[in-house]
Amino acid sequence: MTTVLTLIEHPDGTLARTSREALTLARQLADHAGQPLHAAALAPVPDEVVKELGEFGASVVHAIEHPELDADAAAPAIAEALRQLLDELTPSAVLGSASDRGTAVFAHLAARTDLPLAANCTAITPVEAGWEITRIRWGGVLYEDAHLDAPTALATVAPHQVVAAAASMPATVELRVHAPVLDDDLHVTRSVDREELSGGVSLATAPVVFAGGRGMGSAEGFAILEELAGLLGGAVGCSRVATNAGWRAHNDQVGQTGTRVAPDLYIACGISGATQHWVGCMNAKRILSINTDPEAPMVTRADDAVVGDLHDFLPALVAEIKARQG
Amino acid sequence: MRILVCVKRVPSPGAKITLTEDGSGIDTRHLGFTISPHEECAVEEAVQLAAAHGGTSTVLTLGPPTAEEQLRNAIAMGIDHGVLLPIDADEWDPRAVAGAITDAVRTLEDEDGPFDLLLFGNESADAGNFQVGVRVAHALGRAIVDGVKGAEVTDGEVRARRSIPDGFTVHTLPTPAVLAVKEGINLPRYPAMRGRLAAKKAAIRQLPPTPRDGGLRTLRLRAPQQEQTPTRILGSGADAAPAAADILEEVGLL
Repeated sequence: MTTVLTLIEHPDGTLARTSREALTLARQLADHAGQPLHAAALAPVPDEVVKELGEFGASVVHAIEHPELDADAAAPAIAEALRQLLDELTPSAVLGSASDRGTAVFAHLAARTDLPLAANCTAITPVEAGWEITRIRWGGVLYEDAHLDAPTALATVAPHQVVAAAASMPATVELRVHAPVLDDDLHVTRSVDREELSGGVSLATAPVVFAGGRGMGSAEGFAILEELAGLLGGAVGCSRVATNAGWRAHNDQVGQTGTRVAPDLYIACGISGATQHWVGCMNAKRILSINTDPEAPMVTRADDAVVGDLHDFLPALVAEIKARQG
Repeated sequence: MRILVCVKRVPSPGAKITLTEDGSGIDTRHLGFTISPHEECAVEEAVQLAAAHGGTSTVLTLGPPTAEEQLRNAIAMGIDHGVLLPIDADEWDPRAVAGAITDAVRTLEDEDGPFDLLLFGNESADAGNFQVGVRVAHALGRAIVDGVKGAEVTDGEVRARRSIPDGFTVHTLPTPAVLAVKEGINLPRYPAMRGRLAAKKAAIRQLPPTPRDGGLRTLRLRAPQQEQTPTRILGSGADAAPAAADILEEVGLL
């Protein structure tokens, strides 16, 4: 019997949120097709992760074991390991998350199998002669419905678009080892070094982000956002205008061509909210916008707004926070 | 050193995107077009590398005849040659695009010798398929790194910095190599008047691609339903600080 296979990631020993989302979509597809759901992961797969995969309905977990397949592994090597698993299982569909690594691995898997690949999907349904998929365009401001015509469906699942949900009945998991045979040239692009960004709270995972745009006025203008982020354990972000003006490093940019964030609170200071920026912050749970223009998209789309001069508001907010923190 | 940079014509990414009434595509009547942002940085990188190492640079696009505008924009920035793979649609699916570009690279290399470096954008701003560069690299048997925000080329080797959440990983690739670059690798120049005049007159090579079916066919585009709740106005300046601090308390930050 054929299967639906999902590549999952478990950084720091826990199942990634994006992998839970991908598993949720994959299980719906497997249930619809009446096929078992399998998961594949780089070994070693911690017991906790195996247990959670069972809760998400995976009946078999393939632990991909190879000395070169670690945190520094080259994307083509992981893709080739997965391709060999495909040869063995001949799954009807292979899903993964459109994470940093998932996106690269699936592009290589598509190239190595010469199969079509639908990236950043939010839905996938079998139809006569193939699948109908929905995927995001323009970073999420548009949906595309498309027909995927392939012997095996390859798809990545868009982050933060599917609500992760465990199966109604947890599966009993069988753990299998998959030991691929990999040519040396697959490891050419292995990472040979790492540079960590110096200290501070990560923009991608900060609970609160203070982001500045044109309205900050200068590179020095961001000092007060640094102070606010420091007071609350948050991170500083910025718009494309701020990076193009040289006020902030590109790594601070929130947007379609920068970092996508999903904090509990996003505070946009002097940012008008062009589409390119909006798609980077639209997954925030709550948005507070400070802008002199009440018609700016960042204000009209925000939950809360201060319509006025951020140079009046921000120092008062610093004082208020310090007073409440005692 | 010979460099090829592949770009896509897309509606200007700051613009408000509206759909045609039948949902078959984007209403482009009032839109300006541009080189997709990551690819504009790939063009700048090609110009800088060709200047630093000596050699020539070529820009290539697959698109409607109007995409010649983006080739001329790249030439105005300092690229030497332009190649158009004309199609009678706005776009093809990513597998078909990769096949056509692979064919074109082989044709160009048969004529003038191999490219040391192929540059792509990491993904296009509109379709965002995240795969064309990887497919071309694989078909040509060359190493590729995606998400590249820094590249140094030395004799026979490229050292690439790949952007990951909170930092970079470093990769070394033998040339000929392929890089899919991201915005942030450089700040693209605004073309000087002289470049723009030269670009107007530059000859654009036409290489019509063989039509092919990539397996992914767009049925329709839709705008997601947005729950528009009215924005609560907290104040107009310092007066809003207590209400804003209340929000910080509500979400558990204070």
